[in-house]
Amino acid sequence: MLATIAKRLVTVLPTLVGVVIVTFLLTRVLPGDPAVYFAGPAATPQSIAEIRKGLGLDRPLPEQFARYVNDLAHGNFGNSLSTGRPVATEITSRLPASAELTLLGLILSIVIAVPLGIFAAVKQGSWIDHLCRIVATAGVSLPVFFTGLLFVYIFYFKLGWSPAPIGRLDAFTTAPRNITGFYLIDSLLIGNFETFRSSLGQLILPATTLAVFSLAPIARMTRASMLSVLASEFVRTARASGLDSRTVIITYAFRNAMLPVVTTLGMVFSFLLGANVLVEKVFAWPGIGSYAVEALLQSDFAPVQGFVLTMAVLYVALNLLIDMLYGVIDPRVRLEA
Amino acid sequence: MAKKKPKPSKVDRNAASDLPLLDIHDLTVEFATRRGVVRAVQHINLTVAKGETVGIVGESGSGKSVTSYAVMRILDRAGSIAEGSVMFSGLDLRGIPESDMRDMRGREMSMIFQSPRLALNPIRKVGHQIEDVLLQHAQVDSDAVSERAIKTLEQVRIARSRERYHAYPFELSGGMCQRVVIALALACRPQLLIADEPTTGLDVTTQKAVMDLVVELTRERGMSTILITHDLGLAAAYCDRVVVMEKGHIVETAASSSIFKKPSHAYTRKLMRATPRPGVSLRDLLPEGETPRPKATAKTADKKSSASKTKAGTEAPLLVIEKLVKEYPRQGGAASFMKMFSRKPAAEPDMFRAVDGISFQIARGESVGLVGESGCGKSTTSMMLMRLIDKTSGLIMFNGEDIGEIPARKFATLPQRKMIQMVFQDPTDSLNPRFTGARAIADPLLQLGGISRGEVRSRCEELATLVGLPLNLLDRFPHQLSGGQKARVGIARAIALKPDLIILDEPTAALDVSVQAVVLNLLQDLKDSLGMSYLFVSHDLNVVRLLCDRVIVMRSGQIVEQGATESVMVAPQASYTRDLLAAIPHPPV
Amino acid sequence: MTETSLTMTPAASAQPNPPVNLPPSNSVLRHARYVVEENPVTGLSFALFVIIALCALIGPYIVPYDPLASNTTATLQAPSLHHWFGTDQLGRDIFSRVVVATRLDFVIAIASVAMVFVLGGLAGISAGFFLGWTDRIVGRISDTIMAFPLFVLAMGIVAALGNTVTNIVIATAIINFPLYVRVARAEANVRREAGFVQAARLSGNGDFRILLMHILPNIMPIMMVQISLTMGYAILNAAGLSFIGLGVKPPTPEWGIMVAEGATNIISGEWWVAFFPGAALMIAVFCFNLLGDGLRDLVDPQRRT
Repeated sequence: MLATIAKRLVTVLPTLVGVVIVTFLLTRVLPGDPAVYFAGPAATPQSIAEIRKGLGLDRPLPEQFARYVNDLAHGNFGNSLSTGRPVATEITSRLPASAELTLLGLILSIVIAVPLGIFAAVKQGSWIDHLCRIVATAGVSLPVFFTGLLFVYIFYFKLGWSPAPIGRLDAFTTAPRNITGFYLIDSLLIGNFETFRSSLGQLILPATTLAVFSLAPIARMTRASMLSVLASEFVRTARASGLDSRTVIITYAFRNAMLPVVTTLGMVFSFLLGANVLVEKVFAWPGIGSYAVEALLQSDFAPVQGFVLTMAVLYVALNLLIDMLYGVIDPRVRLEA
Repeated sequence: MAKKKPKPSKVDRNAASDLPLLDIHDLTVEFATRRGVVRAVQHINLTVAKGETVGIVGESGSGKSVTSYAVMRILDRAGSIAEGSVMFSGLDLRGIPESDMRDMRGREMSMIFQSPRLALNPIRKVGHQIEDVLLQHAQVDSDAVSERAIKTLEQVRIARSRERYHAYPFELSGGMCQRVVIALALACRPQLLIADEPTTGLDVTTQKAVMDLVVELTRERGMSTILITHDLGLAAAYCDRVVVMEKGHIVETAASSSIFKKPSHAYTRKLMRATPRPGVSLRDLLPEGETPRPKATAKTADKKSSASKTKAGTEAPLLVIEKLVKEYPRQGGAASFMKMFSRKPAAEPDMFRAVDGISFQIARGESVGLVGESGCGKSTTSMMLMRLIDKTSGLIMFNGEDIGEIPARKFATLPQRKMIQMVFQDPTDSLNPRFTGARAIADPLLQLGGISRGEVRSRCEELATLVGLPLNLLDRFPHQLSGGQKARVGIARAIALKPDLIILDEPTAALDVSVQAVVLNLLQDLKDSLGMSYLFVSHDLNVVRLLCDRVIVMRSGQIVEQGATESVMVAPQASYTRDLLAAIPHPPV
Repeated sequence: MTETSLTMTPAASAQPNPPVNLPPSNSVLRHARYVVEENPVTGLSFALFVIIALCALIGPYIVPYDPLASNTTATLQAPSLHHWFGTDQLGRDIFSRVVVATRLDFVIAIASVAMVFVLGGLAGISAGFFLGWTDRIVGRISDTIMAFPLFVLAMGIVAALGNTVTNIVIATAIINFPLYVRVARAEANVRREAGFVQAARLSGNGDFRILLMHILPNIMPIMMVQISLTMGYAILNAAGLSFIGLGVKPPTPEWGIMVAEGATNIISGEWWVAFFPGAALMIAVFCFNLLGDGLRDLVDPQRRT
């Protein structure tokens, strides 16, 4: 078992190398000269040249790359030009906010989409089937930021059910002690229900926005996969053997149908991590997405680079987990390797 | 799972044994399709007595499978029983609720299907799958169920059953998977077993083993069996009574001994005539009273037609194969890479010899059969002869020229390409779905034919006439043609360039037996009039016997025996050939 | 996403043989009519598509107001008879802006899809057909792109190259490349061993002829579905980039930017500034998604009769 994990980690290395190279190249393609920006409006050509030297921008490209990798290995993602603080610390402190939001959105989405897809497939042609198809098509067409704004308008402005979208907590609550960084968990751990309610209230709208976004591909894939499996030969054998519907649908059909859905999760994560950025902007969520967007607007590139790199590494790790999950479910992958 | 109380069976197992177990009366099954309601089965009457084995025989579209699905009530959503009754031990299956029907399935009646590997849940251990059925019908307590499952595996003659209990379907061979499927079907000791084409696609020796097992187990338990098949010989060999179906109707029912001696219905006679068997000629396969197709006219007969009259051996052979070898690396790159670092000496050969040094010849105008079971190397051999893949070593000499040395990649555009063509096994797969029949036949003419575009169409029509394809079908797409029509398109394409040698890879395996009879005759006529040689690759010895002058028997990449067809079939030298011949099911004489 | 098809049970194969009498011609137009009649949704999506295309083509010439003309006396007016979609914070007519923006988003969608279809499609079928080094190289490129969450990568690319329409098109094409490669490769790979490909070799077709004349036409139906889906993604992508400030620069009318500009107004209740461009986005993407199925039916000869 450890051997399989080790083997999988090895396959991931070339991907990580590619990621690092691409993020490095991205900065070097920048229009404009960061040295000029950093030097300020009153700089002389000499001071610009000095600053350029200080930033290491005058060295040949391979050497810059070596320094870059070295920095990364030491956890140094550079400093934000606008705030002066290290990018790595900012990202680490803001990561839980994004993670909590994305995870909650994903869980909500799976909890709705998977049963919806299963029922739609089992009861083909019924209202649930049509609902599933509508959800799938509509969900894919709605721009995530538009949904977010719609929700804010309806549930905050018109109905007043939701608190103002100003971040993770309302104006009167303070953050709980930092154990995991997830406000929901932390507030429960220390027994502070006020904080729990406040953070949950703030989380609902953005998480639902993300959920609506990822519902569509998951529901669609579940439905398609279930339909395909339900029409398969071994399900016919199971039925011919007299197995009851619950066993047929859950033990025989569902487990087999989940395989493509798990694979789809990888793609869903890709979308989610991207949608995260947009949702954070709409709801003023203090995550790494909004950090990067703010930096972008100020042509501050180190945070953007750090953000892209972090997201990519996270995504690679997530895909690895999905691969392993797939191996757990499907013995053909485990045993034939 | 807690122990379930077995629901009392609605069926009385001790009922009088002269009552039929299954009594189908006036059954009509309909399907709702895009083109309206289709009646797949119409007003059929069928009975199966206790302990009896009944065969239902028919070609595709006859409704034989639909009947069994209706009995088990596992029809598609679009299908329904429109009229009639299905009485099982006095109980009308049509009227009982689905929950009762579910109890019946697996416990009183069960079914086995084609493609055994697909019939099993790929991610569930076979032992657990058997347990599911046992527990569903509450045959045994949950603490005793594993032992019972292992015993079931033993009963279907699976060796090392304790180990195999933990196996997944992909770890078992096709024959073993079929045994597991049989185990599943018989686990709860049903009274009726329905076997829907259980041996189609299996090798003839595996087929015999599986059928013998089924018959043994069902006779042992006094079970009734319904065997659904398109193979008359199989039905005759293993069934007490045979029912013949055509287009949803039953045309004849009789004991298997009398149906073969004295078939009364015209369709049955047609089927029987069309079945390849020893002691008949190709012409005999055609329905009585049908004249053979007129031979090709003088206009299309070539100068080569005179060559077909030359006895084989009086001139240089067309094709010479000497010590032909094809090797494949055994496990692929990663395994060989790891082997570099392993401590074990590289004693075991890591190359797999699909073809292991075979030699034979084909003369002009001769028809040679190449037979063997799956994995024997006959397909690889024909691929090499076609120059679609490269050999590892050996000689391929065609018309005096060593074509083995020309790499496969380059061969397509050379003039030699025209001389060797192929008729493929699956007519659907071998036709481009986006080409009309005319375009498909025209393709070789356009690439290598060297004739002008204007002439192409008329040449296509000539070829279509030659193979008996109505001209108005030329502009249809493959999915708008029947199996036989697609086969004709494939043949027309193969002969378009007037090749010297045609390799036919199981060209009639996917066709109904009556269509096969017509196509085989067509192939013979074409060979005679165009003076071609054939290499006929098949697993069906009876067909080979009809069409081929000589036969080559292969096994595990080697030639086991070769010689004139009659002598090999009547007096085989090798024991393997004897086994093959013995495994062919034949009707009672 | 690949479409699934139900396995044929023997029961279902009890269909009558193909009809003996067919309509006199298998013409495209007749088939098109059949497709549209059979599924009204397809007809609806075709009609919508025509409307959108019209807006893109002649929109700028028929709108009532100049999309760039600001009018400080008429800011943030709710929808009315004068201004059907209301006005924004600079007094510009939102209806005119939404219609004019159609052209930009439409062009972005078509350009990026065309680019990625050609590049990704060709790369994919070559990889799936020739295997070997072609497959390995294309696979590496594809994997490297897919290692990133796609929108994040698009952000990075546009940030690095600059906020222009060309760069948005390039970024969108790059992030969709792996998807096209994967679909094209899988389809080519399956057909590589098919009987008709071998038959084509026997008929004297060289490798490239087989790829272009035999395999490519057969995978067009699936690629059609991909194309229309990706048109939708392309628009969403461009809008998303504009929303966070990485897209088109104001005052150019573009749906995403208009939603961004209207976002702050939502909280104060002026919903129309963001709503109408967002709704336009949604309708366009919806139309392209529905179009996909219709196009596939049109192109696939197996659906005829």
